[in-house]
Amino acid sequence: MEINERDREFISTDILGYLKQHEEKDLLRFITCGSVDDGKSTLIGRLLFDSKLIYEDQLAAVQAASTRHGTVGDQTDLALVTDGLRAEREQGITIDVAYRFFSTNSRKFIIADTPGHEQYTRNMATGASTADLAVILIDARHGILPQTKRHSFIASLLGIKHVLVAINKMDLVDWGEERYEEIRKEYTDFATRLEVTDVHFIPLSALLGDNVVHRSENMPWYEGPSVLHFLESVHIASDRNFIDFRFPVQHVVRPHLNFRGYQGTIAGGVVKIGDEVMVLPSGKRSNIERIVTFDGDLTHAFPPQAVTLTLTDEIDISRGDIIVKPNNTPRVEKAFEAMVVWMHDTPLREGRDYLLKSGTQLVTAEASLLRYRFDVNTLHKTEPIDVDGRPGLQLNEVGRLMFETTRPMAFDPYARNKTTGGFIVIDKLSNVTVGAGMILDRKADASQRSREEQARRLALLQASTGKVTAEMRAERFGHQPATVWLTGLPRAGKSTVAHALEQRLWDKGVATHVLDGVNLRLALSKDLGFTADERSEAGRRASEVARLFNGAGMVTIAAFASPYAADRDAARQTIGDDRFVEVFLDASVEVCEARDAELFPEGDGLYAKARRGEVKSFTGVSAPYERPESPALTINTEATSVDAAVETIVALLVERGVVGG
Amino acid sequence: MQRYSLSHLKQLEAEAIHILREVVAEFENPVMLYSIGKDSSVMVHLARKAFHPGPLPFKLLHIDTTYKFHEMISFRDRFCEENGFELLVHTNQDAVREGISPFVHGSNVYTNAMKTVGLKQALRAGKYDAAFGGARRDEEKSRAKERVYSFRDGHMQWDPKNQRPELWDVYNGRINRDRKESIRVFPISNWTELDVWLYIHLEKIEIVPLYLAGMRPCVERHGTLIYVNDDRFPLEEGEEPEMRMVRFRTLGCYPLTGAVESSASTLPEIIQEMLLTTTSERQGRVIDFDQDGSMEQKKRDGYF
Repeated sequence: MEINERDREFISTDILGYLKQHEEKDLLRFITCGSVDDGKSTLIGRLLFDSKLIYEDQLAAVQAASTRHGTVGDQTDLALVTDGLRAEREQGITIDVAYRFFSTNSRKFIIADTPGHEQYTRNMATGASTADLAVILIDARHGILPQTKRHSFIASLLGIKHVLVAINKMDLVDWGEERYEEIRKEYTDFATRLEVTDVHFIPLSALLGDNVVHRSENMPWYEGPSVLHFLESVHIASDRNFIDFRFPVQHVVRPHLNFRGYQGTIAGGVVKIGDEVMVLPSGKRSNIERIVTFDGDLTHAFPPQAVTLTLTDEIDISRGDIIVKPNNTPRVEKAFEAMVVWMHDTPLREGRDYLLKSGTQLVTAEASLLRYRFDVNTLHKTEPIDVDGRPGLQLNEVGRLMFETTRPMAFDPYARNKTTGGFIVIDKLSNVTVGAGMILDRKADASQRSREEQARRLALLQASTGKVTAEMRAERFGHQPATVWLTGLPRAGKSTVAHALEQRLWDKGVATHVLDGVNLRLALSKDLGFTADERSEAGRRASEVARLFNGAGMVTIAAFASPYAADRDAARQTIGDDRFVEVFLDASVEVCEARDAELFPEGDGLYAKARRGEVKSFTGVSAPYERPESPALTINTEATSVDAAVETIVALLVERGVVGG
Repeated sequence: MQRYSLSHLKQLEAEAIHILREVVAEFENPVMLYSIGKDSSVMVHLARKAFHPGPLPFKLLHIDTTYKFHEMISFRDRFCEENGFELLVHTNQDAVREGISPFVHGSNVYTNAMKTVGLKQALRAGKYDAAFGGARRDEEKSRAKERVYSFRDGHMQWDPKNQRPELWDVYNGRINRDRKESIRVFPISNWTELDVWLYIHLEKIEIVPLYLAGMRPCVERHGTLIYVNDDRFPLEEGEEPEMRMVRFRTLGCYPLTGAVESSASTLPEIIQEMLLTTTSERQGRVIDFDQDGSMEQKKRDGYF
């Protein structure tokens, strides 16, 4: 509502034309960040004042207050225009987000004004969540301070794409272009580390009004727009997501039996009558019948319109469901990764349950793994604080977390959609909003969770030790413990050699036992599949069991394909180099396959199934086998009998002093 | 992308509809405060849009101080009757019995008894867990920081230090009903006075004719023009109401609401006058003049 003389004329002579113009205005929401010292309040006061948005009576009130609280002597303290609550006024600082409004002939502006002092992350995140643009104030004398980086990081974290760096107090550096260029370069270098795509710089003096509303006469070297002109012209229309249709159902309206409408605000994409849609989490499909509004039906609708949809089929839909298109769906899962800003005095504690509200979904979720804390001052990952023995986040801290929900939640990465990717964290007891989260484009890995958590717990545990020592066991059994690790392709002869060796050692009076890969797979590891990760886990369990048997003083004979060198190395680590005897049973794939075919002449052997693709990831056929580089023994089973193989292994064990000759 | 853009008013409308639906979906017993003023007219209009083709899923509640302009009362009754809205009217009968009047007890005591206490009585009696109000952040300094969901404790009090952060359009509607907690909700928080007028103009929303200029009997007190609306107005020695061409920028209790001299008799003329004038909207309300920060004090006490 900048009422300059030209507008006055316009309003006086053609009010209908003026109103018509204002009906067409668009909306820009921005946040201002900086400390009181940067002149932020003064800039806002100046924007409102110079665009004649402070009414005379308000100005009189501010002038009166200036003499009581003001910090600029006899001048009217424009900073007081944006000031609000009495308690804050008495402290001389603002402590919350205040919203200010002004408009020009082309745009309405909503300013989220947030304070710049230390305890501010929560407030800035709040203000930034709805902002299209951030104005970051820098005092030209001081240049880029830690808080400048903090502000920029939070703006980036909350997904703000446009940043205006307002280099203020240029009057105090003699309107110097060099100083401006210096700051501009330093900021540009820093901003490459953020996800802000659009950065602009304006040199100004909020106190004197240079480059705020009107172009400065003191800085002829600056040829860009004033702050107001920039805010009026910056292009933000394409920031919204018009691709991925997302309609979180808010409310179901059923005024009579023949009408069942789903009410909500379109959070992404465009929807048209007739479009095929899918309802999540049920997965049921239907088509859009009508797009109903009070002002008549629409043919299509887009964000952020609030509409009522009806479908061609009667399906059960309730609040919290999301209507999407079948070929473009969000993830529907029970775990996700997110960056979280903590907003409450009571710290977040890993392992605690919270309520999450994302769009219209409300779910219980465990903050199951706090991966790290992000220091907003240094922009480094750091160790989180300890909260009663578990990691946690304090007020105004930012951290990366995995949440595990009690039922599946539909979500997108925050960078893709703020509505389906953002959530608030609510304390279940006090009902207070304690945090806000932005979902990352990373798949949550629950197994990683358990391992990291275990590692952390294990670090706290002291292994218990008894009085029976390894030496005492060796003396009683008459031999040392060891693990003979037989590796090789399927049908290389591992099980055959293992059981023959077991018999031979048993006859020698050795306490021994065979650990067979297949047997373990049928029992201890029956929960695991055959992906690389799951094979590794199966190997880890097998080596732990071998180690336990060794601990009991026995000679373990482990028969595992163990095709990956890394897994065999891990086993060696677990069992101990001195007890680990790696024996490679070497046979070519062709020979092994022929042996398999001989055993299963009907063609239902493992190799045959793998060749037909019925068994996936089969070692030697569709998954690699990494030959050991320096095993303790290599036995070619194509040219060696079972007995000869067993004797070779026994000879090695005697040589190593495991068993007697 | 031009065809996928919304004007600022359409965006504000969508935001308000979203808030109205969210509250109705999450609360058990909401009510809409209806003050008969232009902001209330806009609120009711938005509510109709939000729940179309269904009826309003809540009642309208008017706190009648007994000193409202009679034009407001007749507008209210006809408006609700014609549109089939369920209207509740509450008056603090204790205060009526005690004879509390703006003329005898002053604006502070009277406003507290009739508005603040009256409102609390009505909300408590109705056991409402959410109450919609038409307050806007641009109206007054302390309101600039008010949340859309304003959390109230069991005594309906507002604690400026204990309000919940609000991010995106995700509102935390969790309350403890055993502790009689509730919220006040302000769906048009982000509208300015100009937005409200533009919207009324655009949507052809009905408003009380007092907003338009007309010849009305007035007396001038301490520089404020008061419309002598009935014979309860105690005229001072030698005081004689005279017919003046006036209108109201805000409506409330007639003894506490200043008129402005104006010839603006159509909506565009009102907006024109508003744009060219240099005093802000609330100045017509006597209530704000008491002391710096007085609205904040009233809010802490439970005033809307």
